[in-house]
Amino acid sequence: MKMERSFPEEEYFMSGHLACSGCGATLGMRYALKALGEETIVVIPASCWSIIAGFFPYSSLKVPVYHVAFETAASSATGVKAGLEMKGDSTTTVLAWAGDGGTFDIGLQALSGAAERNEDFIYVCYDNEAYMNTGVQRSSATPFLTWTTTTPVHQTKEEAKKNIMEIMAAHRIPYAATASVAYPEDLFNKMKKAKEIKGLKFIHILSTCPTGWRLPTQLSIKAARLAVLTRIFPLYEIEYGEKYTMNIKPEFHPVEEYLKLQGRFSHLTDSEMGVIQENVERIWEKLLKKAEA
Amino acid sequence: MRTVIEGSHAVSYGVMLCRVQVIAAYPITPQTHIVEKLSEFCASGELQAKFLKVESEHSAMASCIGASAVGARAFTASSSQGIALMHELLHWTSGARLPIVMVNVNRALAAPWNIGCDQIDSLSQRDTGWLQFYCESSQEALDTVIQAFKISERVSLPSMVVLDAFYLSHTYEPVDIPDRERVDKFLPPYEPKYKLDPKDPRSFGGLTGPDTFTELRYQMQQSMEQAQSVIVEVDEEYRKIFGRGYGRMEAYRCEDAELVLVTTGTVTSTSREVVDQYRDEGKAIGLLKIKAFRPFPSEEIRRNLKGIPKVAVIDRNISFGSGGIFAEELRSALCNEKERPLVFSYVAGLGGRDITQETISNVIEYTLEEDQPKEASLWPDLRR
Repeated sequence: MKMERSFPEEEYFMSGHLACSGCGATLGMRYALKALGEETIVVIPASCWSIIAGFFPYSSLKVPVYHVAFETAASSATGVKAGLEMKGDSTTTVLAWAGDGGTFDIGLQALSGAAERNEDFIYVCYDNEAYMNTGVQRSSATPFLTWTTTTPVHQTKEEAKKNIMEIMAAHRIPYAATASVAYPEDLFNKMKKAKEIKGLKFIHILSTCPTGWRLPTQLSIKAARLAVLTRIFPLYEIEYGEKYTMNIKPEFHPVEEYLKLQGRFSHLTDSEMGVIQENVERIWEKLLKKAEA
Repeated sequence: MRTVIEGSHAVSYGVMLCRVQVIAAYPITPQTHIVEKLSEFCASGELQAKFLKVESEHSAMASCIGASAVGARAFTASSSQGIALMHELLHWTSGARLPIVMVNVNRALAAPWNIGCDQIDSLSQRDTGWLQFYCESSQEALDTVIQAFKISERVSLPSMVVLDAFYLSHTYEPVDIPDRERVDKFLPPYEPKYKLDPKDPRSFGGLTGPDTFTELRYQMQQSMEQAQSVIVEVDEEYRKIFGRGYGRMEAYRCEDAELVLVTTGTVTSTSREVVDQYRDEGKAIGLLKIKAFRPFPSEEIRRNLKGIPKVAVIDRNISFGSGGIFAEELRSALCNEKERPLVFSYVAGLGGRDITQETISNVIEYTLEEDQPKEASLWPDLRR
């Protein structure tokens, strides 16, 4: 039987890149660029991707790459787009590609500014839930009770993960969506959709990190899929901050199926997992209500 | 067209005439009138540019960097806390070899809050790889903006055009606004050799190691050295077309001087008056106005101060633990000379305190009287 291809065959991301094995962030970029095509400029602030993109004079991407300062993904992309328009180029897609540190933390102000002005580019946050490039320090995207090198086992993260999607929804940007490397067709389609919309598009990709999550590399995609199936990372879209669409409504899977795969959660007690389960259910129900409204 | 306008607006006209394509700015006193006027030019269509009203100075420079990287001519203006916030990206701009031009209106840095003129904001950016030009008049500010784009685009380094807060930014003076056609001829559109372009995909600013970094930095230093002559060439070309030029510095009545005052910015105008008064009385006092701070025109300074016994540098800034910054730079330019003047470092006019003719006279009298400065930095307008 001949399988039908879901994606174009063209590759814009090459072998020889500098990512760890099993890195979700590489797959995210690969699918994203297949959707956006060669007429794309990628803006990358300080992140794992500053490394993955290649060591001078090499580049692992076949499209132009602009490396920018940590907190400037959105403001740099704004300038790139403005410059292109003034040079008469209205068709090139500008893709800001930042990690969770560059998005949830240090880059949030610039992102908020660009969102309020509804600048015309795609902003992807590939979220691996900590500062992985510097050695697994906690970010505001790190989940509740997670181990990182700055939230050690006896004092794991006491705060919940920041809800970046609600922050973006509050800016009423035309399109915001979550995506997962375990659901490549969904990710691909969302990037395609984003490309056709004018204004700021925000795609939040949960990006597995075997190194930082203390996860066997061969389980990278399994973990990404379980994040969706356990409803820890639901796949949905928000249009203009109001119209919520659930893309997948999985049957119930206990959160421990996801948590137990990963060393960063190995310290969790049954009762702590129970608290996480309750939190996940509460947020899931709220999301469903928004989607049904 | 000759008209009476505010110094800030003279800058705005200069920017408009340069056909800047992207402006990104964030308001801060005393820079606001520059960007307000530019907003009007963009709204009226007199200037075909994208004006990005970003949420911080940091984002302003980041947006200029992005725009310049795709080959657009980019401009911003800032001051004080704003340029301090931008600092990280000033290094980024020069490292990326982008010919962005910024106007900085010299204002003191907090704490405590102060909106008056002093130079610590721009001088704190000394080592960021930007060219720096200090202007004396509104006319010079307008002309220097136009020249700065040409110089920057030739040497692939950014330029900062510096104006005194209020003394220049908010003062109305007669200004000649050049014809658009002649500026177009002087400053052709910006066409960089390398830019972000999907038809010619390249990676910019990626990770480098010790095997390449030194060479990249050496190239920047070479470009700064090259800028020494480019500044002069561009200024001469400008003088031919528009009848005005400024050079890297101006020596005023320095012939046979027993003492030369060294100044920057608007205090130069006041000092000219004082020097004239002394010359009228038969006292040989001269004046050296320094315009280019980076690259520092050491060779020309040595030439101008050859045989001069004493120099009094008036610095509207202070490097704590050392002294006035222009005095320091001047000393290092002179220190290898066999015969060199005694350099007196005066710190005055901080945070918007007026440097009066009386202050300047006191500086001259003290310098003439003393064989050596009694302190590393002398504070002639300090209230004791």
